Amino acid sequence: MNFETTIGLEVHVELKTKTKMFSPAPVAYGAESNVNTNVIDWGFPGVLPAVNHEAYRLGIMVALALHADVTKETHFDRKNYFYPDNPKAYQITQFEQPLARNGWLEIEVNGVKKKIGIEEMHVEEDAGKNTHGDDGYSYVDLNRQGTPLIEIVSKADMNSPEEAYAYLEQLRKTIQFTGASDVKMEEGSMRVDTNISIRPIGAEKLGTKAELKNLNSFNHVRLGLAYEEKRQAEVLMSGGQVRPETRRFDEASGETILMRVKEGSDDYRYFPEPDLPPFSISDDWINEIAGQIPEMPEKRRERYVNELGIPEYDAGILTDTKEMSDFFEESITDGADPKLASNWLMGEVNAYLNANKLDLAQTQLTPANLATMIQLIKDGTISSKIAKKVFQETIKKGTEPKAWVEAKGLVQESDPTILTPVITAILDDNQQSIEDFKNGKDRAVGFLVGQIMKQTHGKANPKVVNQILMGELNKR
Amino acid sequence: MNYLETDLHSLHQQLVNHELTAVDLVKSTMATIDEHESQLNAFITTNQKKALAAAEKLDAEGIPADNLLAGIPVAYKDNIVTKGVRTTAASHILDNFNPVYDATIVEKLEAAGTINVGKTNMDEFAMGSSTESSYFKPTHNPWDLSRVPGGSSGGSAAAVAAGDVLAAFGSDTGGSIRQPSAYNGIFGLKPTYGRVSRWGLIAFGSSFDQLGVMTRRVKDAAPFLTVMSGHDGKDSTSSQRPVPDFSQFIGQDIKGLKIAVPDEFFGQGIADDVKAQVEKGIKQLVEQGAIVDHVQLPHTKYAVPAYYVLASSEASSNLQRFDGIRYGFRAEDVKNLTDVYVRTRSEGFGPEVKRRIMLGTFALSSGYYDAYFNKAAKVRTLIKQDFEEILKTHDLIVGPTAPDTPFLIGANVADPITLYMKDILTISANMAGVPAASVPAGFNAAGLPVGMQMIAKRFDEGTIFRAASAFEEMNQYYLEKPSFKGGNA
Amino acid sequence: MISKDQVAHVAELARLSFTDAELAHFTTQLDQIIVMEHALAEVPTDGVAPTTQLTDTENVFRDDVPVTDGPSRDELLQNVPESKDGLIKVPSIIDKGEADA
Repeated sequence: MNFETTIGLEVHVELKTKTKMFSPAPVAYGAESNVNTNVIDWGFPGVLPAVNHEAYRLGIMVALALHADVTKETHFDRKNYFYPDNPKAYQITQFEQPLARNGWLEIEVNGVKKKIGIEEMHVEEDAGKNTHGDDGYSYVDLNRQGTPLIEIVSKADMNSPEEAYAYLEQLRKTIQFTGASDVKMEEGSMRVDTNISIRPIGAEKLGTKAELKNLNSFNHVRLGLAYEEKRQAEVLMSGGQVRPETRRFDEASGETILMRVKEGSDDYRYFPEPDLPPFSISDDWINEIAGQIPEMPEKRRERYVNELGIPEYDAGILTDTKEMSDFFEESITDGADPKLASNWLMGEVNAYLNANKLDLAQTQLTPANLATMIQLIKDGTISSKIAKKVFQETIKKGTEPKAWVEAKGLVQESDPTILTPVITAILDDNQQSIEDFKNGKDRAVGFLVGQIMKQTHGKANPKVVNQILMGELNKR
Repeated sequence: MNYLETDLHSLHQQLVNHELTAVDLVKSTMATIDEHESQLNAFITTNQKKALAAAEKLDAEGIPADNLLAGIPVAYKDNIVTKGVRTTAASHILDNFNPVYDATIVEKLEAAGTINVGKTNMDEFAMGSSTESSYFKPTHNPWDLSRVPGGSSGGSAAAVAAGDVLAAFGSDTGGSIRQPSAYNGIFGLKPTYGRVSRWGLIAFGSSFDQLGVMTRRVKDAAPFLTVMSGHDGKDSTSSQRPVPDFSQFIGQDIKGLKIAVPDEFFGQGIADDVKAQVEKGIKQLVEQGAIVDHVQLPHTKYAVPAYYVLASSEASSNLQRFDGIRYGFRAEDVKNLTDVYVRTRSEGFGPEVKRRIMLGTFALSSGYYDAYFNKAAKVRTLIKQDFEEILKTHDLIVGPTAPDTPFLIGANVADPITLYMKDILTISANMAGVPAASVPAGFNAAGLPVGMQMIAKRFDEGTIFRAASAFEEMNQYYLEKPSFKGGNA
Repeated sequence: MISKDQVAHVAELARLSFTDAELAHFTTQLDQIIVMEHALAEVPTDGVAPTTQLTDTENVFRDDVPVTDGPSRDELLQNVPESKDGLIKVPSIIDKGEADA
């Protein structure tokens, strides 16, 4: 029997704000436990929420970038459940009238393009963190409590783990370009839950779906879904039934493991949040935010290819992150040749970042310094060999390349009036080599260039040296 | 000091003229409270040390002649959080709770120089109308110690009526300021929803709760409300509207004031002695030039069921935070998380609170939301519209505050429905969010106080002050003092 | 008529427990209250919008500016029944059912 897979994804993304969704406590990572909390985060008796304007603005920005319709008349709701990391025992979210509906993203798998629908997205508050000690106790840190989140619920439009992977990549990239979030799974600013079911090809009714959680990377999503596809097929092939269950991906074994079987639906007792007045989102505000959305990666890629002559593949890599793309564009504004800048970013810079496991922003490299360095190579001030030294210096220390090469005496000597006397003197001292050259021994040229380089401490511009040397040899 | 023979203005004059210091005032207030407590049980916590320190500071700085409230001792219902002063909501689940911040009204009133002398008794989490559901003890009515002071702000009402303090603050979700004010023969005002910030009020029904002030004299309430009111960035539901100086409405005549008297407020279940006093009061208003129309509020009879579903639903959610994890009581010898939750909450909440949590949880639960919560929310719209219609053509709605006079302690505890139905006259104002007050309207044959309710348009507390002060002037019921009879407590 | 099982289910949602005697008593009382609620069904409400709050404003936002002058971590922790190293300590979670928001 052949099966068809149906996948839907629920993605939580932290919005990049200074303060929390409903409290003015700072949002910050890696702080000491419970330091970035206030009475609201703790759910003390008598506290009330107040909505962060910036969080809602970023939410609308994400919605627009995902081509969704922003809901005009909306309000917040309470989702009630008890858990130690949920201090009020309710989460303030949008249930009845989410922030936006009906979005989509285009993905491409094996050269085939496909639109994936987005059901809805809503803003809400994150929970704190529980850690489970081996002493029979759990420990609660509320630093994360209240961090603004946008939850993006896709339609069940994906039919393979690869499509799910491509959707996540595209989603990450799109949101990252809006600047609304860092969208880093490894830091928890992007979290993915998946639903997957299979059914015999041609069957009308969707199969029973399993929920897959604890996915720490896109790759785990892909592997987990692939395992789940196989597992569910085996269950059905052996005459069994897929149960509605929550499973987690086990990194070590690459398998999915049962967490719990779902019995009925959870009863969250949603109702409108009485502590927050309703919202009427104006067209003016939506238009204003639409005008603030940075150019999206697809548009940039097109522009790089058509206007800057960058190869399609390279343009794709340059627009993989907003950071890289912005850097590239700024270096051009600072005077760099686009193709050379692209080559450097794709080559040396990426190699450096990979080798040191760094982000561009974590290095000292600036677009201006990259542009200057490229200009120095282009106008022959430095050799490509010296350029590698300059690159190391500027990416590590932020050193200004031009001043540095001058101070270090690394500027190439290209002046014929200085090089010619050096070359003629060396020819005078090496009659044998001239003979050899005349007799067709090319090695003689190499030897002479070596002598010249030695004499000039390697600073002579090889191209200029070659020109003068050939001229002088032919004169003799 | 006993506040039965003075008013805010004369006290202020004495303070300004140095006939009295703030310290004297706090000391004598504490002495009165101590003297009465064995009979009244009006307070859960008194705040002598901090109150004296605040008074000393004020005396050192001098009492400003232009600040009526400076140096005046006040009391807060124990569901209003006060930094460093235990705040319990009269519940076992919070009986050791020490707040780390002040409610906005406390901040504002203290900035104005008032001094917190203590936290008053109440029904647990403000759920009740007799102050008998307090975890600590029932409060007694100073007019007859064998009777309840009403509730849930019963401690605040009894403290003011007994002359313990000049003003006390309460919260009103379904009548919790007005009904005890009526039962204690004092003035109590629930402002418009949104007039006063709820920041620091331990929530019961968030879309109903409003903080208000209780005093013996109508005019004394005005400057307190002026200070308490106004937008607060910490309460998104607080109104941005400008706050008038409410004192300007005191003493204005009521000629031409259009008063609506709803038939439903004089129907079945309203005691004859209450009707008689209130009808007498309405006649007096007419004599002073008010114009009275008899009107209908047809959805009034649905107010009680709609209110109990909605307020209990909100409460069921609001009270989930009391889980024994971050503050308050935690059950002993708990083995796992479920135990922490279930045992803490089962041992920490009293029966009335549990009843309402259960009702609210049921009304919101899967399969019942539409028939209960949502239906009640629609009925609320109709009740609100009834009020809006009448108040389009009238300045004030007038009727009794409570259907009866104070009942005997213990008389109704076993029968929640009978108690719930008693809220019928006060609940509607919370359903509609309009301001409403109880004004002393004399006494029945047994010497028990009767209250007259005045309900105005949203944000028109001024008209209430105008009519209530005129009515007070005609009758001067405040000259009557509570007897403290009937007690052996 | 609400059943004892229904009441027990609601109690579980609300994290309350009752003895059998209490449960019987509560079921009777809750049933009386719910019967009182049935009056609502008489009211025609077709086309009536629900009222769930009464504020006179809309679009109330707060600026994204951190406020850090509130109670310190130690103050926030002072009411915690049990804490350790700045963390809130609770007996272990055995029910994994509600770990997700």
